[in-house]
Amino acid sequence: MSENLALPVSILRVKKETPLIRTFVFDRSFAFSPGQFVMVWIPGIDEIPMALSSENTNTVQNAGDATDAMFALDPGDKLGIRGPFGNGFTKGEKVLGIAGGVGAAPLLPLALTDCVMTLLLGARTENELLFVDQLDECTDVLIATDDGTLGMKGYVTMLMDDLNLGAYDRIAVCGPEVMMRAVLTKVEEKGIAHKTEFSLHRYMKCGIGVCGSCCIDPSGLRVCRDGPVFSGDMLLKSEFGHYMRDASGRKKNL
Amino acid sequence: MVSLIPGPITVGGVVLDNHLLLAAGILGTTGSSLKRILSFGAGGVVTKSIGPQPKDGHAGPCLVVLGDGLLNAMGLPNPSKEFVDEIASLVKEPVIVSIFGGNPDEFALVASWFEGRVAGFELNLSCPHAEGYGAAIGTDPDLVEACTRAVSRMGMPTWVKLTPNVTDITVIGKAAERGGASAIVAINTVKAMRISTGIQRPVLGNRYGGLSGSAVFPIAVRCVYELYEACTIPIIGCGGVATADNVIEMMMAGASAVEIGSALYNDVKIFETIKADLYRKDGLTPEQIIGSAHE
Repeated sequence: MSENLALPVSILRVKKETPLIRTFVFDRSFAFSPGQFVMVWIPGIDEIPMALSSENTNTVQNAGDATDAMFALDPGDKLGIRGPFGNGFTKGEKVLGIAGGVGAAPLLPLALTDCVMTLLLGARTENELLFVDQLDECTDVLIATDDGTLGMKGYVTMLMDDLNLGAYDRIAVCGPEVMMRAVLTKVEEKGIAHKTEFSLHRYMKCGIGVCGSCCIDPSGLRVCRDGPVFSGDMLLKSEFGHYMRDASGRKKNL
Repeated sequence: MVSLIPGPITVGGVVLDNHLLLAAGILGTTGSSLKRILSFGAGGVVTKSIGPQPKDGHAGPCLVVLGDGLLNAMGLPNPSKEFVDEIASLVKEPVIVSIFGGNPDEFALVASWFEGRVAGFELNLSCPHAEGYGAAIGTDPDLVEACTRAVSRMGMPTWVKLTPNVTDITVIGKAAERGGASAIVAINTVKAMRISTGIQRPVLGNRYGGLSGSAVFPIAVRCVYELYEACTIPIIGCGGVATADNVIEMMMAGASAVEIGSALYNDVKIFETIKADLYRKDGLTPEQIIGSAHE
């Protein structure tokens, strides 16, 4: 074992991306592969898993007490970072990215490696679309919004119907689990679940594969250590899209 | 190296495929995770500790990795009674359910949910970082005896896991024995703290936590050795076991079996790894090794 205490970082600046999403820029960089996450310690509050959106940023949607506290921080305030942990997306030559909401956070660094040919970007409404400009600069972006304020009206999965999915060697997906489950159903129908990867979000305590709070059924695999990116064929007939567990370990239906 | 002859054993009323059990608190939150560890060769598994009410546990950080161990303060997160369904498919497997409570009645209540559905109980009288539970009870011999009796009288194998954070662990071991324990498990984590010099705060949300892993192995060996001299019921050694030689050392100190936890951080399949080194058809019998370091 080598010691892995949280490394202190100072917040250099906070960028408002959408009404609900902000990017926190740190004064320290972390070598990572897209899809890996860090455990972010907000002193006195909690520690939560967060995907890296670049080597020195977390892009965060306000979703609870810990992120509330994070949103109240100012430049100069300190956080502790453990990680990066877990496995990122498998590199491909012709990748299709599919992102919903804040799920674009781990897909931006993937797109910046120049392997993403097309990226399907979805959100509830136009001003909740994340990283539109940055993604536009490095890949071909197709947009869907639930209310039709930009792009196709409907779910991001509907954009898949107009694509020749066989043209891609990998598909990388991150977004709300209901949306990801819809993608899994589509790629399963087309027989390409094995080359589609999904980034899972589960409640985590340790982040390093020992506490068991993020294990998924029925495989017992650990999202923090064996994931958080899993191949679609490993998620068929699993809890994925159906339920997850809360901090106590009780099942909560999606 | 000394080797052991393979074959099933019976320890504290529980039949095990081998001498190696998964320790409580490691990968024991779900039935599927416990099943996975059994498939990796564990002789038995101890579940996450289950209590009378669901608990979310402490605010994070809950765990940090140190050079020679893990420091954690989970805070006894558990789904309480829902765990009965969680492990329902493991009814015929060597599953020991770890339970905790604030008094003898709560221990008896939680144990009653699992009666006839598990191979045995392990009483958590030793968690060092949960107010009113664990070591808060486990340092008082009278309470240890009463909590043990409240469960052991149900007639199922009842193991009692002890805290090393006491002046004399044999006093607590003897209290468990008087209460009708079938075995003693020693040790739980050692109360500890680290501070982030960069953040100027303790690294755990709960500030205090429990140290496990190689750093505590010598403490565990000492406790097992002392308990072997003081008690007559079997001892299950726990604390920093990571190699086959560690298993033999624990057994020479007096352990009849061992539990392994933190070592799964480096190797989730450590049970297979250790078994490959530990067992030989021409190895010694357990009786030739257990307690053999005592004069």
